[in-house]
Amino acid sequence: MFAFIVRRFIQAIFVMLVVSLVGFLIQHQIGDPVRDLVGERVTPAEREVIRDQLGLNDPFYVQYFRFVKNACRGDLGLSFFYKKPALEVIVSKAPATIELVMVTTLILILVSIPAGIYAAIYPKSWFSRIVMAASTVGVAIPVFLTAIALIYLFAVELNWLPSFGRGETVNLWGWESGFFTWDGLKHLVLPSVCLSSIMLPLFIRLVRAEMMEVLETEYIKFAWAKGLHNRRVWFVHAFKNTLLPVITVFGVQLGILFAFTILTETVFNWHGMGFMFLEAVERSDTSLLVAYLVVVGVIFVVINTVVDIVYGFVNPMVRIAGTK
Amino acid sequence: MKAWNRFKNSYLLYSFKRDPIAILSFSVLSVLVVICILAPVLAPYNTHDTATFDIMDGETPPAWMEDGSKSFILGTDIQGRDLLSTMIYGLRVSLLIGCGAVLLQAFVGILVGLFSGYLGGKLDSFLMRITDIQFSIPYLIVAIFTSAIFKLAFGVGRYAELAVPLLIIIIGVSNWPIYARTVRASVLGEKNKEYVEAARVIGISRWRIMFRHVLPNTLTPVLVISTIQVAEAVMSEAALSFLGLGMPITKPSLGSLIRSGFEYIFSGSWWITFFPGILLIIFILVVLLLGDWLRDVLNPKLYKG
Repeated sequence: MFAFIVRRFIQAIFVMLVVSLVGFLIQHQIGDPVRDLVGERVTPAEREVIRDQLGLNDPFYVQYFRFVKNACRGDLGLSFFYKKPALEVIVSKAPATIELVMVTTLILILVSIPAGIYAAIYPKSWFSRIVMAASTVGVAIPVFLTAIALIYLFAVELNWLPSFGRGETVNLWGWESGFFTWDGLKHLVLPSVCLSSIMLPLFIRLVRAEMMEVLETEYIKFAWAKGLHNRRVWFVHAFKNTLLPVITVFGVQLGILFAFTILTETVFNWHGMGFMFLEAVERSDTSLLVAYLVVVGVIFVVINTVVDIVYGFVNPMVRIAGTK
Repeated sequence: MKAWNRFKNSYLLYSFKRDPIAILSFSVLSVLVVICILAPVLAPYNTHDTATFDIMDGETPPAWMEDGSKSFILGTDIQGRDLLSTMIYGLRVSLLIGCGAVLLQAFVGILVGLFSGYLGGKLDSFLMRITDIQFSIPYLIVAIFTSAIFKLAFGVGRYAELAVPLLIIIIGVSNWPIYARTVRASVLGEKNKEYVEAARVIGISRWRIMFRHVLPNTLTPVLVISTIQVAEAVMSEAALSFLGLGMPITKPSLGSLIRSGFEYIFSGSWWITFFPGILLIIFILVVLLLGDWLRDVLNPKLYKG
């Protein structure tokens, strides 16, 4: 087990090195920091002096090493547009994205588990059929179309819910939160419903498939034979054993959810990290882009490593298959 | 003729005939593909020619609505282009990029899978580590990052000019690991069979065995995942274009058409978003349903990641 954890950590560090190398290359190949600094009207000789001062004439590996060292200290360069450290900009945008993902997760859990269990227990009922058909079609609908449909219906036609921005937020110890005002909560509804619609089909199918598999096992048959109450068999005996695969898949999908926030945030003008990233692309704000790349890289590596290690604890096959 | 007879008696055709969903989705898909190929003949207007449209026709609603015009059946977009023609050309672009990207994915993935499965050893663990790492990052985020970087590197104008080949490369590079895993898994199953051993005994070279003997036997699962990959590639192209990282509005794909319509949805011009959106959903749904059917029929032991 210890060897497995060590191997997993080495892989994580390797991935971070690759990500940082990509980030470093972008920062140094695209755009010219000297020109960003002094503009056009400076002689080539003076430029050379500035280049020397900034250390841009150092060998490649020296510059890369400096980049990694600064990154480890949390210094990912300055954003040209915001005139602030890039990491600070990202951290200030993070609460919006995190709150969106939190509410989405809540919706996912509250909808997919009951629906999946119901569809597994009564596979032939009309409700299960509708759920399964909807999840087939749901996979084919791109998230931005769901978003546009929701906006058109609830914001343009019915005028029930706002479709734009975060609304009123409360500042709690530096954390801009939309949870504590009625307006902020109303703004959360459409984006989070939209974001959860990407994952719902997958999760309903997953819960249903796992549950159906468990219901076929011997110990469930034994539980029936003992004459236990329906609900006890379903929820205590069967459901508990479907949780493990569901949690694992969820861990991995959480990362994918972060990726899809870029799309959702664009449609709803939600000022989170994804929206900021696209703005950075439009403004050619290279440092901010690189900083975002590194931050997302860290998020992914941490999530994947944690999920793998937890899974390694629970399921010995993973760590044995890895050794060979 | 012999091949035709074999096809006529095959299980594939037999199960196709008995599955109404497969027949329906296959016919819809064929119609769409034919329309795409014959776009210059079938589309009422040539939307790539700026002389054929007039900005004064902009935002005309569909023909059956109050202000609709008979010459534009589904109405026009903001720039006055006939929406039906723009959609046909847009689907053509989406399809071109989707298929191109999947060919690239298959090429890279099959090579990686074949080498690492057949040759094994250090190369195998190296290639598979890379595959695992890329697999752990969702393909959409890889595609978004790559296209953002390309956009910065090439500049907006050049990027718009080279959008089609660049998008093929971006989507191709972002989603190949599934091929590598699938091919490697079936190569591992094939390489210890008698026919490979026999080929080795009579002294056929390693390369020839890999490409002429092992590779053809691994192609069934490749075919199955390819259908799903096409749907995913078209979907990622639409997503990229919607984010403004894909096709420019002068040469719109379905995604960029939806993006341009979205800006006008609050003023009531719903048709610019609605029709391309429906077309996109129908296309993806049909490909996915066909992929599901194909997987059930051929039933290879897919490596599901």
